Amino acid sequence: MTDLIQIVSIVSAAFAVGLGAIGPALAEGRAVASALDAIARQPEAAGSISRTLFVGLAMIETMAIYCLVIALLLLFANPFVQ
Amino acid sequence: MDSALSAAQAFSVGSLAVTWPVVTTWGVMAAITVASILATRRLSSQPGPVQAVLELLVETLDNEVRATIPGDPERFRALIGTLLLFVLCANWSSLVPGVEPPTAHLETDAALAAVVFFAGIGWGIRAQGLGGWLASFARPSWVMIPLNLVEQITRHFSLMVRLFGNVMSGVFVVGIVLSLAGLLVPIPLMALELLTGAVQAYIFATLALVFIGSAVTGEGGPTAEEPTESSRNKETP
Repeated sequence: MTDLIQIVSIVSAAFAVGLGAIGPALAEGRAVASALDAIARQPEAAGSISRTLFVGLAMIETMAIYCLVIALLLLFANPFVQ
Repeated sequence: MDSALSAAQAFSVGSLAVTWPVVTTWGVMAAITVASILATRRLSSQPGPVQAVLELLVETLDNEVRATIPGDPERFRALIGTLLLFVLCANWSSLVPGVEPPTAHLETDAALAAVVFFAGIGWGIRAQGLGGWLASFARPSWVMIPLNLVEQITRHFSLMVRLFGNVMSGVFVVGIVLSLAGLLVPIPLMALELLTGAVQAYIFATLALVFIGSAVTGEGGPTAEEPTESSRNKETP
C-alpha cells in the first residue's frame, strides 16, 4: 500500500513541476516580449520598464515555485507516508 | 543535503540544536560586518577605489529607493541595503567549498520575510498613523478588506518561497549533476547559480522596497497608482 502511495507521489510530483512550468513559461515569454517591444519604442524609459519587468517576472515565477514546493512536499514531507 | 526541508545539526548548546544554516548565517554576518568596518574606517573627501565603489553602491541604492518611494531615501537605506547585501552574500556563500547557502533552507528565508513583514507594518503605522494605516486596508472600498488582509500574508509568503525555491533548486541541480558527472561538468551550472543568486538578491530587495513603499504610501502597489494630473490633461486636450 505504501509502495503505491510512493509511486503516485513521485509521478504527481513530476507532473506538478512539468505542467506547472508551462503557464509561467508562456507568461514570462509574453512579458519579456512586450517589455522588449516597449524598450525598442521608447529607449529612454528602459530603466523603469526593466525594474517593473523584474518585479513582474518575480511575481509570475512564484506560480512555478509553488508547484516546485508542492513537488518537494510530496517527495520529502509526504503526510501520507509514515 | 538529504532533504530539501530539513537541515543538518552542527552542534548543540544544552538541549538547543544549532543547525549548519545558522552557523553559515553567523559566518556571513561576521564577514559583512568586518568588511563594512574595514571599508568605512578611513573615509575621506578624496575617495580611494574602495570608497568610490561604496559610494557608487549607495548612490545606486538611493536612486532605486527614490524611484519607488518619494521622499528621503535615507530612511530605507539601512534595511534595504542590508537585505540586498546579506541575501547576495548568503547566495554566493556556496562559492566557499563545503558551504551550503543558508537561503537554501526555509527557516532563513522565513526570518528574512518576517523582517520585511514587520518593517512594512512599522513604517506603515509611522507614516500614516494607526488609523490611516488601518484605513488603507479599506481602499479602494470596504469590500476589499478581506482581500487586502489575505494579500498581506500571501505576498510575504511568496517572498519567502521564491527565494527558497530558487536557491534550493540551484543547490539541488548542482548536487545531482555532481553525482552524475563529477569533473568540470557542473561548472556552467554553478555559474548559472551565481547569476540566479544575484538576480534573486536584487528581486528580494526590490520587492521588500515595493511592499514597504506600498505600506508607507497606503497604496496597493506600484501599479495601482492614480493617474496624475498631467497625464489626465494629456488625455483630454
